[in-house]
Amino acid sequence: MPAARKKPSATKRRTTVLVATRKGAWLLHGDAARKTWKIDGPHFLGHVISHLVLDPRDGRTLLAAAKTGHLGPTVFRSTDRGRTWKEAAQPPAFAKAADGDGRSVDHTFWLTPGPASEPDVWYAGTSPQGLFRSIDGGVNWKPYSNINDDPQFRAWMGTAQDGTPDGPKLHSVIVDPRDARHLYIGMSGGGVHESADGGRTWKTLIKGLDVVEGFGFDPLQPTFHDPHCIRMCPSNPDRLYQQNHCGIYRLDRPSDTWVRIGRSMPKSVGDIGFPLVVHPRDDNRAWVFPMDGSGVWPRTSPGGKPAAYGTKNGGRTWQRLDAGLPKSQAWWTVKRQAMCADNAESPALYFGTTSGELWMGRDGGRRWNCIARHLPEIYAVETAEL
Amino acid sequence: MKVLIPSALRSYTQSSRAEARGATLGELLADLDRQYEGIRFRMVDEQDRIRRHIRIFVNGTQVTDLALPLAHSDEVIIAQALSGG
Repeated sequence: MPAARKKPSATKRRTTVLVATRKGAWLLHGDAARKTWKIDGPHFLGHVISHLVLDPRDGRTLLAAAKTGHLGPTVFRSTDRGRTWKEAAQPPAFAKAADGDGRSVDHTFWLTPGPASEPDVWYAGTSPQGLFRSIDGGVNWKPYSNINDDPQFRAWMGTAQDGTPDGPKLHSVIVDPRDARHLYIGMSGGGVHESADGGRTWKTLIKGLDVVEGFGFDPLQPTFHDPHCIRMCPSNPDRLYQQNHCGIYRLDRPSDTWVRIGRSMPKSVGDIGFPLVVHPRDDNRAWVFPMDGSGVWPRTSPGGKPAAYGTKNGGRTWQRLDAGLPKSQAWWTVKRQAMCADNAESPALYFGTTSGELWMGRDGGRRWNCIARHLPEIYAVETAEL
Repeated sequence: MKVLIPSALRSYTQSSRAEARGATLGELLADLDRQYEGIRFRMVDEQDRIRRHIRIFVNGTQVTDLALPLAHSDEVIIAQALSGG
C-alpha cells in the first residue's frame, strides 16, 4: 500500500490573528509554534473596522467591514491575503424608502462566509439590524427585504434607542454546513431567528431564553430578547451555544428550547458577557468571558479581575481560566466578536480587549500571554490559517 | 465645475481638487461617483441624505438639497465636520 502523500499547503499553514479595531486593522502572523508573532499593519488607519474575516474556502480572500467617523460604511475586499484592497462596488445598503424616511446602514457589523457548497456567497449583518447577502465574493450586496423592511421584524428590532450603546445590531449569521438554506441570525435586540429555506421565511427561536426580570416583559416577544453571541459547533451543527444578555445557553436540535447552562457559573461572577467560543472539534467544550452586568451595567470584568471560563461538559461545570491575566484593577472587557479559538490540535484562545491588548491562551486558555498591546480598542478577533 | 475634496475622501481622488459636471448637486455627486467609484455612498446614504459628518458648501453657503441647481461657475466644497475622538 503506497504511503499517503502529504499536503504541502497544509504543513506550511500558520496561524494568523485578524484584529479589527476602532482605528484600523492588524494581522499578526504566528510562527509554526505560535510563539512569536509578526505584526502587519495598520490597515485602514483611522477606519472603524467592525469585523475582518478570511474566506476559509479559498484561504486568500479577506473582507473588512469599515467606516470612519466622517464617512459612510463600506466593505473592503482583498484577494491576496491583505496585500491590496479594493472597495465593494455595492456595499450593504437598505432599500430606498418611497417616503424618504427609510433606514440607512450605519455600519456593517458582522461578516460570515457562506458554506463550501456556495464558494462566492457571503452574509453581512448591519447596524441598525439588517441582513445582506453577496453572491460574488463580497463585491455587490443585496438586502433581505423580508427582514429589513418587514413590519413585524421592524417592530421586534425597535429603534436605535433600544439597541446597544453603539447601535442595534444583526449578528451571529450562521449557515448550517450541511444545508446552505438553513440559517440562524441574532438581533440585539430582536431575538434569535431561523430559516430553513435560505432566508425566504423565518421562525423565532427564543423558547427557554430569559428576559430582564422585574418589568413584566413577555418572554414570548422577540423584542425583549438580546442574544449577544451565538455559535454553532463545527463538530456538531445540531448544537448551538449562546451568550445572551440574560445568561449562557445551549440548544440541541431538533429541540427548539434553549437550556440555561450559565446557572452553574459561580454566583459571584454570574453568566453575563458578550463573546462565546466553541471548540473546533469537541462540542462539549466552550468558553465565555464574563462581565459585570449588575447595577448600571459597567461592562467590565467582574471586580476588575478578568478571566475566561471554560466548560468541558456542555455547560454542566465551568472552570476559571485566569493564569497569566491581571489579578486586580484590570477594568477592560471583551466585546462579542473579540474572542476566538484557532484550529490547532490543542486549540489556543485569543481575545482582544477594549484597552487594545491582544491575549493568547494556550491549551484552551490554561495559560495567558499578552501578544500585542497599545492597539486601539479591539472590536473583533478572528484566526485564520494562511 | 471645481470641487474641493476633504482629506477623508482623497483616497478616492488622490487630490484635494476634482472636476465634475451636473445641473444639480445630485448630478454632480453622481458624476464624481462615475469618476471615483464608491465616493458618493461615503457622503450620501441610501435614502439620499447627506451623511451626518459631511458638509457641502456651494459658493460658501451650506446646502443639503441634492436637487439644488448648479451653474458651471459654481464652486463646490465638500468638508468633513467634527466627528469625535
